[in-house]
Amino acid sequence: MRFVKNRLRRTMLFIPGNNPSMMPDAHLYGADALMFDLEDSVKITEKDAARDLVHQALKTFNYGDVELVVRVNPLNTPHGKADVMSMIEAGVQVIRLPKTEHAGDVLEAEQWIDHCEEVLGIQKGSVGLMAAIESGQGILNVHAIATASKRLIGIAIGAEDFVTDLKTTRSPEGTELFTARSMIVFAARAAGISALDTVFSDVNDEEGFCAEVALIKQMGFDGKSVINPRQIAPVNQLYTPSPNEIEKAQAIIEAIREADEKGLGVVSLNGKMIDRPVVLRAQRVIALAIAAGVVENTVVFDNIGG
Amino acid sequence: MKATAIRTNKLMDSIEVAIERSGLTDGMTISFHHHFRNGDAIINQVMAVISQKGIKGLTIAASSLSDIHAPLIEYIDRGIVKRIETSGLRGELANSISNGLMEEPIVFRSHGNRAEAIASREIVIDVAFLGVPACDDMGNANGFNRDGDNSAACGSLGYAMVDAQYANYVVLLTQHIVTYPNTPCAIKQNQVDGIVKLDYIGDPKGISSGATRYSTNPKDIKIAKLACDVMLNAGLFEDGFSFQTGTGGASLAVTRFLKEHMDSKNIRASFALGGITSQIVKLHEAGYVKKLLDVQSFDLDAVKSIQENPYHQVVDAQYYATPAAMGGAVNRLDMVVLSALEVDVNFNVNVLTGSDGIIRGAVGGHPDTSASAQLSIIVVPLVRGRMPSILARVNTIVTSGDTVDVVVTDQGIAVNPQRPDLIARLANAGLPLCSIEELKERAESITGTPVAIQYTNRVVGVVKHRTGYTLDHIYQVKR
Repeated sequence: MRFVKNRLRRTMLFIPGNNPSMMPDAHLYGADALMFDLEDSVKITEKDAARDLVHQALKTFNYGDVELVVRVNPLNTPHGKADVMSMIEAGVQVIRLPKTEHAGDVLEAEQWIDHCEEVLGIQKGSVGLMAAIESGQGILNVHAIATASKRLIGIAIGAEDFVTDLKTTRSPEGTELFTARSMIVFAARAAGISALDTVFSDVNDEEGFCAEVALIKQMGFDGKSVINPRQIAPVNQLYTPSPNEIEKAQAIIEAIREADEKGLGVVSLNGKMIDRPVVLRAQRVIALAIAAGVVENTVVFDNIGG
Repeated sequence: MKATAIRTNKLMDSIEVAIERSGLTDGMTISFHHHFRNGDAIINQVMAVISQKGIKGLTIAASSLSDIHAPLIEYIDRGIVKRIETSGLRGELANSISNGLMEEPIVFRSHGNRAEAIASREIVIDVAFLGVPACDDMGNANGFNRDGDNSAACGSLGYAMVDAQYANYVVLLTQHIVTYPNTPCAIKQNQVDGIVKLDYIGDPKGISSGATRYSTNPKDIKIAKLACDVMLNAGLFEDGFSFQTGTGGASLAVTRFLKEHMDSKNIRASFALGGITSQIVKLHEAGYVKKLLDVQSFDLDAVKSIQENPYHQVVDAQYYATPAAMGGAVNRLDMVVLSALEVDVNFNVNVLTGSDGIIRGAVGGHPDTSASAQLSIIVVPLVRGRMPSILARVNTIVTSGDTVDVVVTDQGIAVNPQRPDLIARLANAGLPLCSIEELKERAESITGTPVAIQYTNRVVGVVKHRTGYTLDHIYQVKR
């Protein structure tokens, strides 16, 4: 399998598929994932060229440990299927489907990916899927979408199309997105996959950006799509646990380890009982701290980022 | 009034009169400064008059030359200019010279080397033509006008001050003659022979396109952060430290990150040196840097600051960077951050010729600061355009590798193996260190190995080491 179902996805850096100058260096800025776009950022007359370009980039450059995602054109357009075939051949880990409205959209993609893997002689189930939901219809079907395929690693909300569909616009507070965002998080948790938030378009508004990241982190999102490398550090920083949080988490994990050694079933720390959610939260804090480089990686968790 | 008193009159009606009075004849050496950079209007005006007077075979010893000096091509063609000494060369003039325009090669010198060559009379300047925004009728001059219209200010006169001190005949070309005495001043009356008032000496907009700003280029920012980490962990970041940063995107951005750490650790710098920029001025005005030593003002904020801030001090090029035993301010520099076009596996740096072998840059103070600072950091993107920046051999050695301590790229940091102490410190701090050979391989894994440039045997430029010997040659590119 090329993809990892559960991993850190704090930042997914958006790279227009027709911009060769961004491709050699895209992985240098600390994003957890790169998302090459063949869809909305590419003009209809340049679809073939962008597909070839991203194909070559994936084959040529060593992107290290970064997760590699490509947003393809919808499969019912003349380009969608060719995009998927070409990207799988080039070694993509995850195909991101735009404008997903029904579980059927995911199933259709899954069938085509099955076919591509077979044609290309790649082990079945190697390539992951991600669904972007960008309409009211999609949000109402989000649970069915999120659970439609074992290939799914995450679902995302695409806000620009979504607010247009809702006949409204984006506000700094995100009132119009609140329900949809929550439903994305619920469905992702129900399916055991990642929940990813939409882009924030004003690169120069760092304050507004950070406020939005704080909001979506509190709502439960695993991370955010970013459109400029400058947006990566603020997200990672907000997702980095504080020294106090890390200390508490380490104490919890240590208490669990000691209890395991002594064969104790019930664990308490400073007079408070430690139950499963507390342990899971502590593990996630440590995983985020390791990813941010503020804690050394000496412990391996089986559910990092999950 | 005493009938016998001699009232000196240095005022001359025109450039032509000044040339006649100076005694300029065939084969002599004339000098110019480059404080207006690409906005300079002096060289072209003076050379136009010289060409009309039929003087031939001159040597131009300029502190630097820019795109705007393309008219020199004609004067070289006509034999009016025979030799050129400069720190840099750009644009059409550089292109023509790279392609064999001149019979004699250009001599490239660092700012420190030029100052010392002039002081030691290795370069004898017969007539210096120095553009000054304002002076009084005795020649007390500054790079700005305290007494009125200040639209033609250039800030420091650091390079011009050396010429004024040592040239045999000094002509000031000024836009404003102000009330005597124009003190304090950079150029002094006892150094000046003649003064010509001109309508126009230069456009300050040519110094830079306004205030130098922090780069928003993510690669520059990444490099700057790494360079700053090197500065913080090299053992020199303590109260009273000194530094110099260049004007390149990454180099400039270093100051921003440095400020954050000066804040958090409550550390202040004793001085910042060199070409002074808006960002350095802001640090000075906010109390982070006690004194500024300014040989060249790199933007209009620096030009303004030099007039307003008492501890923003004009220094001449000899004071700045002399390689002589008396020592320059560079000798008191703790850390310098410098840009590069190319670096090679021996840490040699090229800032003068492009990847096509054509001259397109300037030596500047690069070798002076690199050799003299306790820590010399080169910041360079691993790949620029489609060309690798880390090579087996740079096209032209401008700063020799034995003076370079650290090379910082967006894809790793290489420390000169001559500095095991530094390797240990930076490794302890967890910085992403690798060898310079690994950087070269990483670059070539992206770009492939570039095809070597084909040169003819003809030398078009000679690069002097800052102590005066010939460090490298620039050859004409084969067409």
